[in-house]
Amino acid sequence: MSYIHAENLVKQYGTADAAVMAVGGMSFRIKMGEFVVVMGESGSGKSTLLSMMGALNTPTSGEYSVDGLEVYKLGQDQRADFRREFLGFVFQSFHLVPYLTLLENVMLPLATVKMSSKKKRALAEDALLRVGLNGKSHRLPGQTSGGEQERVAIARAIVNEPPILFADEPSGNLDTKTTREVMDLLKNLNEEGMTIVMVTHSPECASYTRRMLRISDGLLVEDVPLNGSKGGIQAIVC
Amino acid sequence: MTLKDIALRNIRRRKAKAGFVLAGLLIAVSTAVALLGLIEAMNRDIQQKLEEYGANILILPKTENLSLTYGGLSLGGVSFEMQEIRQADLGRVKTIKNAANVAAMGPTVLGALEVKERKVLLAGVDFQATKILKPWWKIAGAVPTDFGVLLGAEASRILALETGDHFKVNGSELQVSGILEPTGSQDDQLVFARLDTAQSLLHKEGRVSMVEVAALCTACPIEAMVSQISRALPDTKVMAIQQVVQSRMETLDYFRQFSYGVTAVLVLVGSLVVLVTMMGSVRERTSEIGIFRAMGFRRSHVIRIVLLEAGIISAMAGILGYLIGFGSTKLALPFFTGSNSIGVIFDPVLAAGAFAAALLMGLASSVYPALMAARIDPTDALRAL
Repeated sequence: MSYIHAENLVKQYGTADAAVMAVGGMSFRIKMGEFVVVMGESGSGKSTLLSMMGALNTPTSGEYSVDGLEVYKLGQDQRADFRREFLGFVFQSFHLVPYLTLLENVMLPLATVKMSSKKKRALAEDALLRVGLNGKSHRLPGQTSGGEQERVAIARAIVNEPPILFADEPSGNLDTKTTREVMDLLKNLNEEGMTIVMVTHSPECASYTRRMLRISDGLLVEDVPLNGSKGGIQAIVC
Repeated sequence: MTLKDIALRNIRRRKAKAGFVLAGLLIAVSTAVALLGLIEAMNRDIQQKLEEYGANILILPKTENLSLTYGGLSLGGVSFEMQEIRQADLGRVKTIKNAANVAAMGPTVLGALEVKERKVLLAGVDFQATKILKPWWKIAGAVPTDFGVLLGAEASRILALETGDHFKVNGSELQVSGILEPTGSQDDQLVFARLDTAQSLLHKEGRVSMVEVAALCTACPIEAMVSQISRALPDTKVMAIQQVVQSRMETLDYFRQFSYGVTAVLVLVGSLVVLVTMMGSVRERTSEIGIFRAMGFRRSHVIRIVLLEAGIISAMAGILGYLIGFGSTKLALPFFTGSNSIGVIFDPVLAAGAFAAALLMGLASSVYPALMAARIDPTDALRAL
């Protein structure tokens, strides 16, 4: 049984003459534990697709379910709960909250969870440890490098141990070395069982994944398996 | 990490905006506290002044005749009818609704006597009550005892009697125990004795000619007291001597209305400052709110963060506003009352009211920005990143 199931997903912005078809009817299934890359040129509908998959953007038509749950049949609050329980997000520009320390940023998804502060702190410290950032937890985002901020963003996305991680151009603002470290990190998370859907322009980054969905003009034009060379490429440039 | 922590961290980060909201609320709350504190203190000042004004209600026997005096000039030889009130009936005044507001009641018996071959008016009074009813009296000598009398300054001069002198009236020997310093009133012409002594000399035991009452009633109109006493003593005519007090009360009422107006305007301006600043703050944080929503914050969580921020700042404004208002009242009060005799006292109701009003203003003005924040579409917010 598929874990993520999209059936004829459509997203149209505007109406009549001003209508723009961002996603024009996509169907696919993603199994649990897959590492999928979504590729395509700018404006092809990648980010719109990711936001619909992330329960953030209601499709104009079509069906979308995760683990059998019809996501867009849920109410606003239930959808927010679904995002908290099921999904983690890593954004291109990190988007850390600048007035919170790295540890507090990682704790953010737990802010609405009924749990002792001690346990929240322990979970956040563990997540920072997993991304190799222990010891810098009390710094502010502005006092850290881009690579470190990306790691914090990943730690924040996995702190509540969601089964699915969405990453939008995770290496977009990083140098080669840091990109490799981040991709290794994502690969490790996938190997631990996390389903990852990543949007990127980079074929090199895509080579870490096992399946590619290529999009063009809002349509799914290619769905092919990749070999998932596990970061064995030593000099990739994403 | 809780929603409260997020709110607190944001306040610390955006100090200028938080300060602006705080200032808007502070000005409104402290001004309201200062004005209301001033009104309350001036009320107490008036209450104190009422005591200094002495009697403000007069109880007279009911008469069907018109007075034959005008401006102190008697046109009929007799300026008042010799009707009296029964002294025993006066106890009923203690049963009226506002009995607690009666500070003093001075029954007076009046009658003509012949002293050294001259007609004089003898007034029998309760000297204890007179201390409150006529606080301006200054006596050279002592307050009369059983067979002593107090002479008005003019009476002393005309009768050529000084303190310590003796004289006979209706077979009783009386001693001048003191002379009243000139008051500029009719009291200067009178001979005063103790009520029971005068009643005995005038053969009017158990009867009084008039009663002066000092009523301290800033919270209720003096007319209410007059009508209550009238009902208790139906055979009497009860009148209010209220011109001075009334003019002060009217002035205070104007000031009270002006204060309420100023407070209302400041509350409105303060609320607008909070509204505009909080809306600006929400707009600045669009992306941040988008991230929160993507991470699973419900709309209600976003609303709570905004309202928590407003609540924390408003609570601070409530406490600081009361303290500043309290201090301002202390500084301003001498200019309004012209003396330092009235102090400003801590009023827990005003303090609680200031706190609650600041909280209400801050929260009410932040409801719209909070709803605006909750309505931010996470997709739009993230697309703008």
